[in-house]
Amino acid sequence: MSLYQETIASLRRKLTAKEISPTELVQSLLQRIESVDPKVNGYLRVDSEKALAQAKNCDLSKPLGGIPIAIKDNINEKGEECTCASQILVGYEAPYDATVIRKLKEAGAILLGRTNMDEFAMGSSTEHSSFKKTSNPWKLDHIPGGSSGGSAAVVAADEAIASLGSDTGGSIRQPAALCGCVGLKPTYGRVSRYGLVAFASSLDQIGPFTKTVEDSALMLQAIAGQDHYENTSRPVAVPDYTASLQQPVKGLRIGIPKEYFGEGIDHDVADALQKSIAWYQSQGAIIKEISLPHTHAAIAVYYIIATAEASANLARFDGVRYGHRTSTVGDPLTIYRKSRAEGFGPEVKRRIILGTYVLSSGYADAYYNRAQKVRQLLRRDFVTAFQECDVLLTPTSPTPAFKAGEKMNDPLKMYLADICTIAVNLAEVCGISIPCGFSSNQLPIGLQLIGPHFQEGTLFRAAHAYEQAHEWVKRHPQF
Amino acid sequence: MNSNSIDVAYVAGLARLELTQAETETFQKQISSILDYVEALQRIDVSSVADNPIDPNLPTNVLRPDELRPSLTAQDVVRNAPKSANNLVIMPKIVE
Amino acid sequence: MPYEAVIGLEVHVQVKTNTKMFCGCKNEYGGEVNTHVCPVCLGLPGALPTPNEQAIVKTIAAGLMLGCDIAPICKFDRKHYFYPDMPKNYQITQFDLPLCLNGGVLLEKFSFPKDVQKEEQALAGKKVRLTRIHLEEDVAKSFHFEDQSGIDFNRAGTPLMEIVSEADMATPEEAFAYLTTLRQIMVYGDISDADMEKGQMRCDVNVSVRPVGQKEFGTKCELKNLNSISGVRRALQYEIPRQIEVVSKGGIIRQETRRWDDAAGQTFLMRIKENANDYRYFPEPDLLPVRTDCGLKAEAETMIPELPSQKKARFMQTYGLSDYQAEVLAQERPLADYYDEALKTSKQGVLIANYIINDFLATNPDLTNLPIPASHFGELAELVGSAKINSKQAKEVLLEMFSSHQSPLSIVQEKGLEQVTDLAELEIFCDEALAANERSVADYKSGKMGAINALKGYVMKKTKGQANPGVIDEILKRKLI
Repeated sequence: MSLYQETIASLRRKLTAKEISPTELVQSLLQRIESVDPKVNGYLRVDSEKALAQAKNCDLSKPLGGIPIAIKDNINEKGEECTCASQILVGYEAPYDATVIRKLKEAGAILLGRTNMDEFAMGSSTEHSSFKKTSNPWKLDHIPGGSSGGSAAVVAADEAIASLGSDTGGSIRQPAALCGCVGLKPTYGRVSRYGLVAFASSLDQIGPFTKTVEDSALMLQAIAGQDHYENTSRPVAVPDYTASLQQPVKGLRIGIPKEYFGEGIDHDVADALQKSIAWYQSQGAIIKEISLPHTHAAIAVYYIIATAEASANLARFDGVRYGHRTSTVGDPLTIYRKSRAEGFGPEVKRRIILGTYVLSSGYADAYYNRAQKVRQLLRRDFVTAFQECDVLLTPTSPTPAFKAGEKMNDPLKMYLADICTIAVNLAEVCGISIPCGFSSNQLPIGLQLIGPHFQEGTLFRAAHAYEQAHEWVKRHPQF
Repeated sequence: MNSNSIDVAYVAGLARLELTQAETETFQKQISSILDYVEALQRIDVSSVADNPIDPNLPTNVLRPDELRPSLTAQDVVRNAPKSANNLVIMPKIVE
Repeated sequence: MPYEAVIGLEVHVQVKTNTKMFCGCKNEYGGEVNTHVCPVCLGLPGALPTPNEQAIVKTIAAGLMLGCDIAPICKFDRKHYFYPDMPKNYQITQFDLPLCLNGGVLLEKFSFPKDVQKEEQALAGKKVRLTRIHLEEDVAKSFHFEDQSGIDFNRAGTPLMEIVSEADMATPEEAFAYLTTLRQIMVYGDISDADMEKGQMRCDVNVSVRPVGQKEFGTKCELKNLNSISGVRRALQYEIPRQIEVVSKGGIIRQETRRWDDAAGQTFLMRIKENANDYRYFPEPDLLPVRTDCGLKAEAETMIPELPSQKKARFMQTYGLSDYQAEVLAQERPLADYYDEALKTSKQGVLIANYIINDFLATNPDLTNLPIPASHFGELAELVGSAKINSKQAKEVLLEMFSSHQSPLSIVQEKGLEQVTDLAELEIFCDEALAANERSVADYKSGKMGAINALKGYVMKKTKGQANPGVIDEILKRKLI
């Protein structure tokens, strides 16, 4: 096995034993990127010199010492461009580090490059990037999922050992499922959002893409914790996540929410999920069918709250202090209207308009305020479910990856692809997607485990046991 | 409520977005159908949710002590500005 | 038909803290542009706010001083409008759950302009009700050049309190008194320096007129660009008659924003208010709610000083000052503290008040610069009170004290001014005086009380003017019975 195919855990053993050097590892990845990324297009920018310089100076005694990691292009990294795959941020160079970047640096990680995404994380296919289209490494004419499609694709294609993404309605878990890697959306407040370019502030959360569950635990360990620069990060102690990996699933109460297995679920996906459930049962887990009765409302609630918050968060992109300013001569109002028209892509504009509308005078009660109330109901669904279950098991995505271009002209259809992941963000609980099989046309399928607030350890426990008993992570896409 | 009542051109004005005629028409159609979809929320019984403007699940009083933290240099403040002079961010004349 | 004005004020007050409202940049401006700016107050992508505890506590303290109800729980909201001075194009403010509700400002005589202090309006003791006080972030500052503007973000994100009054005022003078009192309280509580000329206190005036007796308000105009408290008075003195003239001629007042031009002495139309702005308020998702009832309010309570009105009462009751003296000394916190400091050296409250008000302030009106230690005034009052020097000598000491800043004791010693207070010696001089002035003694005994002055003069002459006149008076009167 080549170095670039290995995991954080195995590479850390080799690095600390001095079997390999960080420079060798980085070179191995840079070569891999050079040969594969022209097909995958997962990266927006890779700075080889900088990566090699970091490799020379990295501290191997640190928990992620020497591990090359890719970063979604909506997380500020000092001295790097941070575009959110938008024309409006071309040339914007971050003068500060996001908290997760600071933590990764402190943990000794090597920051390899910046990955492609849907513009401002708005999308489920990475087709809304204003720079390029990322391919699914398993089938290049298929989408990698989104919005963190680049971060998922580069890990799945072995172009990075791990990566960071952001998840507002499934933007880590869904591309992880579609690309066949492990994607974690931590509990809201578990990881600091400081430095993550906000899409929907009450839903956004940063999380890792990794090749294994163990690596996911290692990554979360490095980035979790309260941050005095982030008011909504919670003062909850960070446990030792790797300790939970070895716990057996015997006796674990797994809830199967019936609403996630209804119509619209692809046959192969349903099949893979049934087998997974059967496996858990065979290991002594207690399987319970449960109900999350407000699931049907999740997408509507999401598209009101997320767009409302986004319309405010994206107001700052106005051509005044950074980013694109129109060349049209005019007063400040003209500068705003033109710069924003020229800088934002259609999906972003659509959501800004929708979000502005649902907050506007006369409509806020019917839309925004009502959506907040239904969100409380959704949250209660989960609280009730977790009174009798330790985790919930669902598909991550109702279908495997779809073909590029298939849903581009029907935004609503694209939104419905997020049906399985969105409620987790609204309820602020945690979720992980792990590979659980392949479709008949050889596309990865993911299963989602959902845990109560701050119980990522339970997710790791359930996910790791499954992963160890299956061979899915041993498969790599061929180019 | 008639969800098709959205006036995309007006809302785009609020959002300081200049739209072409074609964009306005496309968005008008697409957003109207999204609004039709979210109309379902009106039928959900929310009477059990208190009319509390503050989410009772949220923790409170995470406050910052009044102590200095580092600022950027003036050069860094204006570095990304499309136009700047003498460490000021420059805009066309702002009229009150 | 007689008309009356209806006036309500929205006052923004900069809160005095070390750091900004939502980031750790220094809360200070003037100086080098864009040097107190960070990703948060510049509104960079990804930057997030963290609330300054001290700003919240000071706002609560302001509310307590103004008799407001403090909300047990409150939150921050986003208010949206695009403006180059506003980094995020939304302002973090408080919409439906502000920190403070209700409360009021009592308009006392001395807070009115001097020329109307004897009028009924100044004596009425009117209370202007407050609607609310909320906390928000200030915007940046623009410099305007010929065809472009330059933005300095040093002020962006600094804490700003908005104090909204009910439309309870009816005259320019009441508005003046309201602002004077508000300012005084802000300074007293160390909430703000509240200097309108420095923009630390900013005021938008809403004013309308209506026929006396009519209940409905007239259409209001908003006045802007008011840079001093007296400017607010002048603007209203212009604007109210203007509106009355329009209305009484059958005209209609449009809802508009008008700019006060102090040099021209007129208000000018800035813009006609169209449909109400659509600010699209919603709760700020980046900030957690704030509870005031588990510590913050208690902390604010400890910050509250003795208020001007309480101080004034104490000065009058404890030291016997006149209404006027107590008012002058209590009006400004630095002076009141100075007076209290002087009282630590001597309890001769009236004497000290006289020296400070009549002798010192008459020549040194600048309270920010009090070069003489307060204890000097106490020392001097003590010298006079204990008959070491007389009041004439005190004047001499004061002049020397003002010019050399020396202590009264050393001045008295240096000049040999110490009074003869050896009572035995004085008794002898007094006996001499009685013996040498039989005529005066007889006059006094027959009822001409003034005759005693000749006797006093004799003693003063003998002591070369250094005897305490009070003591001599006492001895002589005893001997004359």
